[in-house]
Amino acid sequence: MNDAVNLDQKPSSKIVEIDSHSINFGPQHPSAHGVLRLILELDGEVVERADPHIGLLHRGTEKLMEYRTYTQNVPYFDRLDYTSPMAQEHAYCLAVEKLLGIQAPDRAQWIRVMFHEITRVLNHLLNLTTYALDVGAITPSLWGFEEREKLMEFYEAASGGRLHANYFRPGGVAKDLPTGLTERIAAWAETFPKFCDDLEELLTANRIWKQRTVDIGIISPEDALAWGFSGPPLRASGVPWDLRRSQPYDKYAEVEFQIPVGRNGDCYDRYLVRLNEMRESVKIIRQCLAKMQPGPVKVQDRKFTPPTRGEMKRSMEALIHHFKLFTEGFHVPAGATYTTVESPKGEFGVYLVADGTNRPYRCKIRSTGFAFLQATDLLCKRHMLADVSAIVGSLDVVFGEIDR
Amino acid sequence: MAEETAPAAEAPPPPPPTPLEMLGQAVSTVPGVTAWKIEINELVAQVDRAALTSVALTLRDDPRFAFECMMDLCGVDWPEREKRFEVIYNLLSVSKNQRVRLSVAVGTNETVSSVNAIWPSATWWEREAWDLFGIVFTDQPDLRRILTDYGFEGHPMRKDFPLTGYVECRYDEERKAVVYEPVRLTQDWRQFDFLSPWEGITTLPGDEKVFVERAEEKRPHPVGSPEVSGSPKVKG
Repeated sequence: MNDAVNLDQKPSSKIVEIDSHSINFGPQHPSAHGVLRLILELDGEVVERADPHIGLLHRGTEKLMEYRTYTQNVPYFDRLDYTSPMAQEHAYCLAVEKLLGIQAPDRAQWIRVMFHEITRVLNHLLNLTTYALDVGAITPSLWGFEEREKLMEFYEAASGGRLHANYFRPGGVAKDLPTGLTERIAAWAETFPKFCDDLEELLTANRIWKQRTVDIGIISPEDALAWGFSGPPLRASGVPWDLRRSQPYDKYAEVEFQIPVGRNGDCYDRYLVRLNEMRESVKIIRQCLAKMQPGPVKVQDRKFTPPTRGEMKRSMEALIHHFKLFTEGFHVPAGATYTTVESPKGEFGVYLVADGTNRPYRCKIRSTGFAFLQATDLLCKRHMLADVSAIVGSLDVVFGEIDR
Repeated sequence: MAEETAPAAEAPPPPPPTPLEMLGQAVSTVPGVTAWKIEINELVAQVDRAALTSVALTLRDDPRFAFECMMDLCGVDWPEREKRFEVIYNLLSVSKNQRVRLSVAVGTNETVSSVNAIWPSATWWEREAWDLFGIVFTDQPDLRRILTDYGFEGHPMRKDFPLTGYVECRYDEERKAVVYEPVRLTQDWRQFDFLSPWEGITTLPGDEKVFVERAEEKRPHPVGSPEVSGSPKVKG
C-alpha cells in the first residue's frame, strides 16, 4: 500500500539520515598550539573534513612594517614565530643586506649561525615536548623546559631578552658576545647530547607514543612538495631538502652536518627528524665556537651600523651618524628580493620590496606553518578525532607566524 | 659600478652565461613570458596575465624547470601604476635546486586565474591575496577571507587603507556583546617626512641660480637615491 502512495510522489524524495556533526576544535584548546580554530566534520569519531580558521592572532605585521624603518622592523620578526625568534631575524637581515649589497663580517656570520642553531634546538625542544604533552606524555615537557631555560639564558646574555631577542641587525649583530658566553655554550654543548638520549629513551621506543604517532598523518613526498612543505615535515617524507645545504647562507657552507631524513612521512618520522636535527645542531654549534675568530661584529660602514658609544663622545661625525641612523635610518636602494632561510620549522622567506626610501615598500613574510596548516584537511581525513591533536602537534604550527 | 665596467667590456669576450642566465633564457622561451631579468642573483619573469596557467603548467612539468613547489604567492599594491596590482609567485625546484619569481600585473577590475589545480598550496595564499588586496582569482573554489576578522570590510594591505583601519572592537558590558565602532584616536598617527633637506628640497629659497647651474652640469638623479645617507657602493 505504501508503494502505491509513493508512486504518486517524486521518486527521489526519501529521507537520508546522516550521522555527522561538526565540532569546534579550539580556538582555546590546549593542543591547538595557540589560537587555531578547526571546524571538524565528524562521522562518529572519524574526521571527514577539517577546515582550519586562522587569523585570530592577525596583527597586521606586514602593514605595520611599511610604516617603520628597516631597523625598527627587526623586532617584528621575533614576534612572528615566538619559539624561533632569531631564525626569522636572520631571514630579514639577509634580505636587507642583499638589497643594500653589504655583507656581515665573519665573526657576525658565525655568531648568527650559532644562534640560528641554538634557536633550532629551542624550537624543537618546545615542539617535541609539547607535542608529547598533547598525546599524553608529561615528563618530556618538564625536562625540555629546563633545557630551554639554559638556552634562553644564552639569549639573554647576548641580547638582553630571553624570548624576543632583537639581536641580529642588517650588517651583523647588535653587539659582541659577552665574556665567558662561548665557554658556557661550549659546556652546554657537551652535556646536551646526553639530554637527547634521555628524551629519546622516554619516547622513541615508548609503546603508547608509537601507537599514537606511527602511521598517523602520512603524507607522500609528492603531496608534501605540491602542498609547499619544507623543513622537517618534508624531510620526514623522504625528501633530503635542506636550505642550509642546498642554498647556504652566511657560514653554513663551511660547517659539516648531516641531514636527517625520514621514510614514511608520518607523525613518528617527523618526531625522529626533529630529534636528530637537534643533535646535528649541537655539532654545528661546536664548529661555530671552534671557528669563530675575534673581529668586528657589524659592518664598519657608519651609514648602516651605529658607532660605539665611546666614538660618539669624541667624534662629531659619529654623533651625526648615530642620530641619523636612529631617526631616519638608512635608505635601501629600490629593488626586490625573496630571501629564505631554513628556520627550525622549514623554509622561512621574506619577500622584501624596497623603493629607495628608509621604509620597506612591501614585506611579505612567507610563514612556514601556513603551508603545513593548509594541508591539515589532507592529513586528518579519515583519522580519529584524537589523532588530530597528534597531527597538529607534529606539524609544529605557531600562530604568531601563520597569522602574522 | 656600471659606469666603470661599461668601457672595459669592449676588449674581453663576453663571459659564458651563468646557470641562472641559462635558466632565464629557457624561461623566456615559454609562451606567455613577456620579459625576464636577473635581480640580485634572483630570476624574475614577467608573465602575461592571460597565459598564467599555461606558463605555470610548463614550469612545473617541463623537466628543464621542474618547479614542483610553489613556496609563496603574494600581492603588491602599486596605486600609481596603470595596472594597480602585482601578483608574485615564488617557485622552487627541489630536484634542480633553482628558483624563479613570476610577476603578473593585474588591473583593478581584472581577475587572475587560480593556480590551485597546479599547486594545491596556492589556495590559502590566493585567499590571503584576496583578503588583503582584493585580487580576485577565478576558478578558485574557496575564495573566503582568511586573515581578517569574520565580517571584515575592505582590503587592508592596499596602500590607501589607513594603518589604523576604520573600526575598532570592544566588549560592551551593557549589551553583553562585542561591538564595532569607528576608530577614535586621541592623537594622530605621527608620520615623519624623512626625506632629508639635502635630498628632498633641491632648491632653497634664494638659491635658485645655483640649483639651475647644478642641474645643468649633472642630470638630477631619481628621487630617493641614497646619495647622502646609505650609499650602497661602500662595501663593509
